Amino acid sequence: MNKLTYDHIEEVIYKEKLPNGLTVFLLPKPEMAKTYGIFSTNYGSIDQTFVPINGRERITVPEGVAHFLEHKMFEKADRDVFADFGKQGASANAYTSFTKTAYLFAATNHIEKNVKTLLDFVQDPYFSEESVEKEKGIIAQEIEMYNDQPDWQTFMGTLKAMFHQHPVKIDIAGTVDSIHTITKDDLYTCYNTFYHPENMTLFIAGNFNVQQMADLIKHNQASKDFASMEDVKRTYPDEPTSVAERERKLTMPVSIPKCTVGIKESSAELTGDVFLKKDLLQSMVVDFYFSKGGPFYRQLYDQQLIDASFYFETNLEKNVGFTFIGGNTSDPDRFADQVRELLQSTNQAEFNAEEVDRMKKKKIGLLLRAMNSLEFIANKYIHYDTVGVDLFTIIPVIQSLTVEDFNTFVQNWIDDKRIAVCKIMNE
Amino acid sequence: MIGTNENIMEANGFYLHTVPTKKFKTISITAKFKAPLSRETITQRALLQQVLQQGTQSFPDRSALQMKLDSLYGAVLTMDSSKKGDYHMMTVRLETANQKFISDESAIMDETIELLKEVVYNPLSENNAFIPSVVAREKDTLKQKINAVTDDKMRFANMRLLDEMCSDERYRLHVQGYEEDLEAITPESLYAYYRSMLREDQLDVYVSGDVDVNAMETKIKSAFMRDEEQNSVAVITESMKKQDHPQVIIEKQNIQQAKLHFGYRTNIAFGDDDYFALHVFNGLFGGFPSSKLFINVREKNSLAYYAASRFESHKGLLFVFSGIAPKDYQQARDIIEQQMDVMKNGDFTEEEMANTKELIINQLLETMDNSKGMIELLYQQVVADTERSPETLIEGIQNVSKDDVIQVANKLYLDTIYLLTNEGTDTDE
Repeated sequence: MNKLTYDHIEEVIYKEKLPNGLTVFLLPKPEMAKTYGIFSTNYGSIDQTFVPINGRERITVPEGVAHFLEHKMFEKADRDVFADFGKQGASANAYTSFTKTAYLFAATNHIEKNVKTLLDFVQDPYFSEESVEKEKGIIAQEIEMYNDQPDWQTFMGTLKAMFHQHPVKIDIAGTVDSIHTITKDDLYTCYNTFYHPENMTLFIAGNFNVQQMADLIKHNQASKDFASMEDVKRTYPDEPTSVAERERKLTMPVSIPKCTVGIKESSAELTGDVFLKKDLLQSMVVDFYFSKGGPFYRQLYDQQLIDASFYFETNLEKNVGFTFIGGNTSDPDRFADQVRELLQSTNQAEFNAEEVDRMKKKKIGLLLRAMNSLEFIANKYIHYDTVGVDLFTIIPVIQSLTVEDFNTFVQNWIDDKRIAVCKIMNE
Repeated sequence: MIGTNENIMEANGFYLHTVPTKKFKTISITAKFKAPLSRETITQRALLQQVLQQGTQSFPDRSALQMKLDSLYGAVLTMDSSKKGDYHMMTVRLETANQKFISDESAIMDETIELLKEVVYNPLSENNAFIPSVVAREKDTLKQKINAVTDDKMRFANMRLLDEMCSDERYRLHVQGYEEDLEAITPESLYAYYRSMLREDQLDVYVSGDVDVNAMETKIKSAFMRDEEQNSVAVITESMKKQDHPQVIIEKQNIQQAKLHFGYRTNIAFGDDDYFALHVFNGLFGGFPSSKLFINVREKNSLAYYAASRFESHKGLLFVFSGIAPKDYQQARDIIEQQMDVMKNGDFTEEEMANTKELIINQLLETMDNSKGMIELLYQQVVADTERSPETLIEGIQNVSKDDVIQVANKLYLDTIYLLTNEGTDTDE
């Protein structure tokens, strides 16, 4: 395997792309008790329209298929995979995001057995009409649970207001109606197309022997047959840079109204240095203004427009990016107007050297802190690798950012046409 | 492999726990203030932890304080309240990057300790009172936090279950405090309470990360101090009401998914001999996706997305949580009760026992890989006033027999069932 050494953070990664196309990363951390393994496919809820493997026509599958598929991977003809992991002392889980579906385990014992189980269960699908029908009740309850969560509703509501066409506006789990149309054949079509090793990454981090682990993985993969495959042809609709709706209002039983302001950051395909620079500047600038003590936080706080639930987050994926600023507020109209106004004012902003230095220090420290977690490292390494960025080289990139980088970014950051608002009022 | 070596020393009227480990790229300092749970102080403690984060004498508002934290490589200051058994804990935590990973930096650690000292001992105040405008603003924030519980139905149902189940016990108290108690709190009274907390609470300070124990002990001892001896605050144990039949509480709101929660009494606490068996019992019953509840409520009957159990280590309680369709209440309830009977009858295999033990040990070891989790686990011993290290805990769990688990199952009894359901749904009770 190819050994990558990162002296400044005392980390080493082994990397290899196997003959069947699978990308493997091994990160040994002998001081940890635990090993975390994640097997991830570059396939999420936004990959709704594509040309299936061995097919010629473009198809569009029902909303919620990627997530449904994730649920069904755990059930086999004769057993439940959670129990297999349970017997090997591991806790297993899975998640579906906009761009990824990932299967994972954490264990402190039987590591090699658990890695084998992880590879084998994801590469051996079993879907029957009966089990697909049975799952609909469970997923419907999951969807209903989210329907009762105002925070999730404002999150999705803001996305729906921001995007015209892009499938990021679709609920990851689908709707109760859409999941009822899902069939066994839909699952096989998506599985065969997106779960090819060429489209997948395995990342193992923690307490294990690198050589033995590498041998096990190679041997396991060599024993399986996969058809040859080219890149999956996915289609995303043309998405305008402006938002679809300036404002969206929902009603729910809530004790205090909620309001989220969304900034549509990107709808273009980005990779490598361009992606990373935007990713860093976007998150650092939002943090500068809206973190506790930031100038915009201060103003909203002093005007009694926010409380402890105030939050902000930025998100940048390969072809879509957004920033959310929101929380509970007794006056959602004033909150939204005020945040819009504050954001507009950044067109004239200019950072000084001291402010930039503080932003960079904060980002570096928080990144080191996040790296305490094997889960963070494994998930983020894959996330960045998909867009051609190496997580472990981010700190030097942060150090190299200049005052001018920040000023150029912030002065071109905000355009009122790219801002949408979602309000949740009491019924 | 557990990778911890806790060094405890008594100094300046508090206990200092140093836990050197190479697991983390940060160093964290955690101060834990422990006091008996009481209605008189709980709202003050909730408010206090917010006010203390609004500024110090040298950094006189939140912005100044935050800028200092940011310049210390994004040091993270958090404060929170929790309850364990009969006690309330206020935790102050400051975590910062270990300077060894940053070129040309050598003063981060000293400045971090200095800042924590300032936050705890020199908060923004004048004439023995906090600043009135800060207190007023934080009262509003706390009020909204208290009210927002109703928007998180799982938390809300859990809170209501405890209100009913522990109506005569201090464990019912809400950690976030009570809106009606806020008015009586003044900037002066809150400051007076803050001074008495520093004097009277039991204080434990934990330092963890890749640190030199001796150097750290010297630094922390010079920062934290008090005149008095360490207090071991005892609480008079309350007798609980014991009832022949579980009480059933049904409430209705405009919601899509019903929450069905059960409260059991275990009468087993962290220091007890059968605490290990309680761990194994919970693992078999509802702690994992391989447990009885998940398999039967979710997998076999598709009634819920989640169905799980969790126990409280100091008060002796065990809870079951599930989110179900309102119409499925009776069926879900029957299944949960049946599964408890299955446990009481010992209807589980040695293989399930062995697997469950391994999962629990796995979970404990994983907790020790997390800088916050590690401190919480070590601190359990202080809460229970019992020496029982993570190693002892793991060994004890390994030695649990099937009979031990059956005995624990039969010691448990159902106290309260709480259902939060849809307004349109009929429930026969």
